[in-house]
Amino acid sequence: MTKGKKIAAYTFLTIVSFISVFPLYWMISAATNKSVDVTRGRLIPGAELINNFKNLLAQYDVGTAMLNSFKYALILTILSLLICSLAGYGFEIYHDKIKDGVMSVILLAMMVPFAATMIPLYQLFSKVGLLNCTAGFILPTLSTPFLIMMFRQSARSFPHDIIEAARMDGLNEFQIFFKMFLPTMRSTYAAAMTITFMNAWNNYLWPKVIMTSKTSITMPMLVANLKEGYVTDYGMLMLAVFLCTIPTAIVFFLLQKSFADGITGAVK
Amino acid sequence: MNKKMSLSRKQNLAGWAFLTPATLLIAIMSFYPMIQALILSFQKGKGNQLTWAGLYNYTRMFKDAVFMQSLKNCFLYLIIQVPIMLVLALILASLLNNKNLRFKGLFRTAIFLPCATSLVSYATIFRSLFAVDGLINVILIKLGILDVGYNFLSHATSARIVLIIALVWRWTGYNMVFYLSGLQNIEYSVYEAAKIDGATPFQSFWKITVPLLKPTILLTAIMSTNGTLQLFDESVNLTGGGPANATITMSHYIYNMSFKYVPNFGYAAAMSYLILILVAVLAFVQMKVGDKRD
Repeated sequence: MTKGKKIAAYTFLTIVSFISVFPLYWMISAATNKSVDVTRGRLIPGAELINNFKNLLAQYDVGTAMLNSFKYALILTILSLLICSLAGYGFEIYHDKIKDGVMSVILLAMMVPFAATMIPLYQLFSKVGLLNCTAGFILPTLSTPFLIMMFRQSARSFPHDIIEAARMDGLNEFQIFFKMFLPTMRSTYAAAMTITFMNAWNNYLWPKVIMTSKTSITMPMLVANLKEGYVTDYGMLMLAVFLCTIPTAIVFFLLQKSFADGITGAVK
Repeated sequence: MNKKMSLSRKQNLAGWAFLTPATLLIAIMSFYPMIQALILSFQKGKGNQLTWAGLYNYTRMFKDAVFMQSLKNCFLYLIIQVPIMLVLALILASLLNNKNLRFKGLFRTAIFLPCATSLVSYATIFRSLFAVDGLINVILIKLGILDVGYNFLSHATSARIVLIIALVWRWTGYNMVFYLSGLQNIEYSVYEAAKIDGATPFQSFWKITVPLLKPTILLTAIMSTNGTLQLFDESVNLTGGGPANATITMSHYIYNMSFKYVPNFGYAAAMSYLILILVAVLAFVQMKVGDKRD
């Protein structure tokens, strides 16, 4: 690259990076300022964080929403990883014509928009009493074609010699999965974990449909409720947005590579 | 021989045991409701008092001004936002794939960062930034461009533009990650050889990067199309579907029809089937176009 082009590239990347980061910086800065200062355009962090916190806690049950979100997302992530990795492994290692056929039918489910299944699921769940509970939250996304495909891909790279050797040593099929496959595929599990946790935490439409009681709402729902007032308290609002972002931001920063592998996971 | 038969039978059964829970869940949570929704879409009535209505719901939606508006909105986002986002992501990825570039990790993290926010969160941030007393207006007033704050979200065109800007902000880095991972499969020496042969960066972008990334581009295009046709969180939380339904999306309208107003499940199911058909048809078209050898 010539010098001019290099400067152009750096300038462009810097501008795009700035635009990407700025709204998040603004969120944090607003969370530490009074609403009037935010609307005056103050961009430096202030000293109102504690006050915003007190206001938020006094008006909204943030603790419950936070706890619910954690509970739903963690349980969903753990169970989903277990069920989908078992299936992905099963589809690959024991594959035959029938199982391959089942797999292609499962992949069709990827194309089904959630809007099309939402109403019958709501009717079903309200009939069997699954509204306002963890099971109701997790069931529709517990098993996803995406994760099954991702684990099937990783099982493809799992050496069959290991399986044969383990069988010789007298391990049964489930022991092979839990003692051999699971520990070797740590990076696939990490990638699957980040993507599942993020999706579960961010899910908004489905909880909005089934979490009708105040005590079962999630953090995104709380944030959405918060902005419905007449006068917006920006400090308080942005603090809630910030709290809703912390868990996913932590996952993002600690496991950025896994997260990137996660979203591109089933493709490779 | 006999023992071996029973052994492979055993393994086959183990295989089924592995995949049955996941398969059953998908059958119950995706395929069963899909069939239910199809049946529902041929029925009409409020709440649970349903009667058969034939194609009534399907003809009704094309006379429903709000639904037609939501359909148009989704296509507007699809036609304007998706190409801008994918081209931008592609340019960013190929810039970041340059070996001689410094601070690569920093740029990548920064551009990928919006993906760390939940959809409701970023919609709320953008709603606040573009509010009448929001930061964008404060800046525009300070620069002397405006005298009083402009209500971006209460005018149809500006509300749509804000929604598109927000979508591009949230999803460009996401798509860039796909391209970066695709670019890793292209040998860097190919670019160096092209350079020696006198290819400009622009030429190697069009002649090497784009053709070799075609499968990835196709994938991101299908995913974005799928996502755009199902937009919900942004429409609800950024613009509230307004002003006067100017930004409402199909999923938002379906939600309102099912859970906000007096429930009309049959009609909502019919509209959701239109999304399903659109997603399938567009994915099919894109695959046909993307598969063409040239």
